Amino acid sequence: MEDPMAEIRATFFQECDEQLAALEAGLLEMEGGTADAETVNAVFRAVHSMKGGAGIFSLDALVRFAHKFETALDKVRSGELVATPAVVGVFLRAADVLSDVVHAAQEGSTADEGRISALVVELERISDSGALPAAESAPTSEAEPGTAWDIVFAPRAEMYAKANEAALLLRELGRLGTMKVALDASKLPELNELDPEGAYLSWKIALETDCDEEAIRGVFEFVEDDCELTVSRPEEHGFAPGTVITGDNGFKFEFFAPLPEVEEDAGAVLEAQVTALEPEHHEPLLAPPKHAAVEAIAAKAESATTVSATIRVDLDRVDRMIDLVGELVINEAMLSQRVLEAGIARASGVAMALEELEHLTREIQDSVMAIRAQPVRSVFQRMPRLVREVAAQTGKQVRLVTEGEGTEVDKTVIERITDPLTHMIRNAIDHGLESPEKRVAAGKAEEGTVKLTALHRSGRIVLEVSDDGAGINRARVKQKAIENGVIAPDAQLTEDEIDNLIFLPGFSTAAKISDISGRGVGMDVVRQSVQALGGRISISSRPGQGSTFTLSLPLTLAVLDGMVVSAGGHTLIIPLGAIVETLKPQAKDVFPLDRDTNLLALRGGYVPMIDVAENLGYCEDPIEPEQGVALLVEGEGGVRAVLLVDAIHGQRQVVIKSLEANYRAVPGIAAATVMGDGRVALILDVDAVVRNARSESVRSDAVVVEAS
Amino acid sequence: MTNNAGLSKLDNRELIAFCVGRQEFCINVMMVREIRGWAGATVLPRSPRYVKGVINLRGAVLPIVDLAGRLGLPSAEPTARNVIIVVQIGHQQIGLLVDAVSDILTASDAEIQMSPDLSSDLVKNFVKGLLPVEGRMISLIGLDNVLPVGELEAA
Repeated sequence: MEDPMAEIRATFFQECDEQLAALEAGLLEMEGGTADAETVNAVFRAVHSMKGGAGIFSLDALVRFAHKFETALDKVRSGELVATPAVVGVFLRAADVLSDVVHAAQEGSTADEGRISALVVELERISDSGALPAAESAPTSEAEPGTAWDIVFAPRAEMYAKANEAALLLRELGRLGTMKVALDASKLPELNELDPEGAYLSWKIALETDCDEEAIRGVFEFVEDDCELTVSRPEEHGFAPGTVITGDNGFKFEFFAPLPEVEEDAGAVLEAQVTALEPEHHEPLLAPPKHAAVEAIAAKAESATTVSATIRVDLDRVDRMIDLVGELVINEAMLSQRVLEAGIARASGVAMALEELEHLTREIQDSVMAIRAQPVRSVFQRMPRLVREVAAQTGKQVRLVTEGEGTEVDKTVIERITDPLTHMIRNAIDHGLESPEKRVAAGKAEEGTVKLTALHRSGRIVLEVSDDGAGINRARVKQKAIENGVIAPDAQLTEDEIDNLIFLPGFSTAAKISDISGRGVGMDVVRQSVQALGGRISISSRPGQGSTFTLSLPLTLAVLDGMVVSAGGHTLIIPLGAIVETLKPQAKDVFPLDRDTNLLALRGGYVPMIDVAENLGYCEDPIEPEQGVALLVEGEGGVRAVLLVDAIHGQRQVVIKSLEANYRAVPGIAAATVMGDGRVALILDVDAVVRNARSESVRSDAVVVEAS
Repeated sequence: MTNNAGLSKLDNRELIAFCVGRQEFCINVMMVREIRGWAGATVLPRSPRYVKGVINLRGAVLPIVDLAGRLGLPSAEPTARNVIIVVQIGHQQIGLLVDAVSDILTASDAEIQMSPDLSSDLVKNFVKGLLPVEGRMISLIGLDNVLPVGELEAA
């Protein structure tokens, strides 16, 4: 590491992502109307932590925006501003912008200034308008000249220990206007009980200033965690709308939220405690009722952290462990094989111990795989924002319902399902849902619903995106397919087949091309990326009631469902996701196109045949088509080809091993795997093989190839 | 290699010697991870003849280089009597297919002689020095160029 800050910076941005997620989750809870004080505090904390961290790295744009956001949130926290849906809406948009600003800061670019300033204006508007429900005078944030403030400032010993000086703070405060300071020495104990490094003094300050509360608090910014500070307006009779900031001196980024002061009597208690100081009470500084409250909050925060106790582990270490466990499984299988071969009876102690070992090994394998598994929540959390944006662009009203956010799937899968899901949701809103007018005309609610569901089903994760829109317009889809020459005009298709036409390349039924989707690179791109992950996608649609896209993916990319085949005497794995069907070619269906290429007649069309062994250079002479088995595959961009192999040996799940780790990429080979007998088998890169067969230049290379 | 640097201060290094055909070669013992018997390798398509394929080394895919072929010596089909020396080169591990491991030697830098200045590419690429031991000549080889990196990436 050349720059030690770079690492800390990376951690900061990692934490920012977590904070942004927490922020969004909290805001959505507020939107749902279930927000308690703790939620509001959590939201505030998230923004505050990001601001704090950004300050360390001098990310000024981020600090400025986070500060505005924080100010508005603080108003909600203090009860000055009611979190109406409109207000939460602004907060949600602000959270979107904040996320943009964070990512811009991460990349060293600048976020869209226009959007930022628009949101800043909105935030300021709501902080102002919402301020002081009983505001007969001006709102707090822009106090008129000569406003009187009552400030109670009670430092704790920690403040002095950090070399802050109360006198300097008071002097600073004095610069804001005219002030009267009264010392409250009532807590000062007898000399023999006095802790020389303790803090017993507090001050009551009556300040007249034209600055707002924020400016006053700004004076105490660096000590707010180490003192008790009340800023109130005398005409409000001391029922401080603001906050008693009670900090805890713990974590660097952790900022304990102030006591949520929601009810007036709570304020009264606090006020009483500050004004009616008990001289005979010798416990320094913290009056009992408050102390208890602080502890309660601290305890709550602590219990929250124990629930989600996690550690960050380098992914490489986990992967290494998964490798080793995979090897353990293979070794165990080999051992069982040997024991069986040695003729040891099944009921013998050895065989039984071995069985026990097998159970244990499987369990270890499952647990290790679970380390990499993560809930899909991180992907789902990005969707509300997308829905808001697309809804705004299309002028539709959309409600997003998510289910099964806790469904776990491998980290690598999580990373790669975001794009397809984004596309599907855009599509559902843009094409699926009707405009509000049409919905009303059809007797539906104005607001459309898009539902995103995740669940586990038979060892795979299934994601569903459904809308309650108009469903697929089959007549138009069919007409379009005929226009584009995808199907013959007289083709007879089932409803399902028509629905699935939308996955063909260059197919978009949107009457006009919009910004959101419908550039003709719609669902076929989704299908391709899903297939690349070894997944499948399908659609079901009911006219007038909506469509459901179902996406089924493997739980991990570390394993792959493959077909075990042999070609030229070598065992190969062909990813199941690429295979459309298998067939036994008949000599009468094979037509030579030129010296190298044969075509296979398949349901009225001609598909090029590729001899896998020859393509990989395993042997010089292609096998006779009728002696082999043909696999119809679909590669990139829907290109179809028939792969010719010697034989199919079955299907199995294989663990993917990198070839590049110790060697280098091999053209035509995607990766390797270890078979049950301990030997390495290669996983075919179908796209590369198809590409290779199409390009003559690479073909000439095959001369240098190792023939065995 | 840092290991080399450390050892040459002591002016002593441990070498592992092995036979390939009728010749003897040696490499620094610090590069060696393990030695194992030959087991069938899975042939890699589009690879040079001296890359015998890959084997499974505790879950990792390990390429096997036939050292005789790599050094331009006559090579025969490997049998169960052949030996694979697993070496660490940078971040990668590879297996070297040799005929047999013959010796572990300790040699000081002073004992290692410069190889004669021949134009042979093989000598330039691999042979770092010559070591006379009891009437035998053992060539100290470097392994940085053992894998076919440059020549095949171009292809």
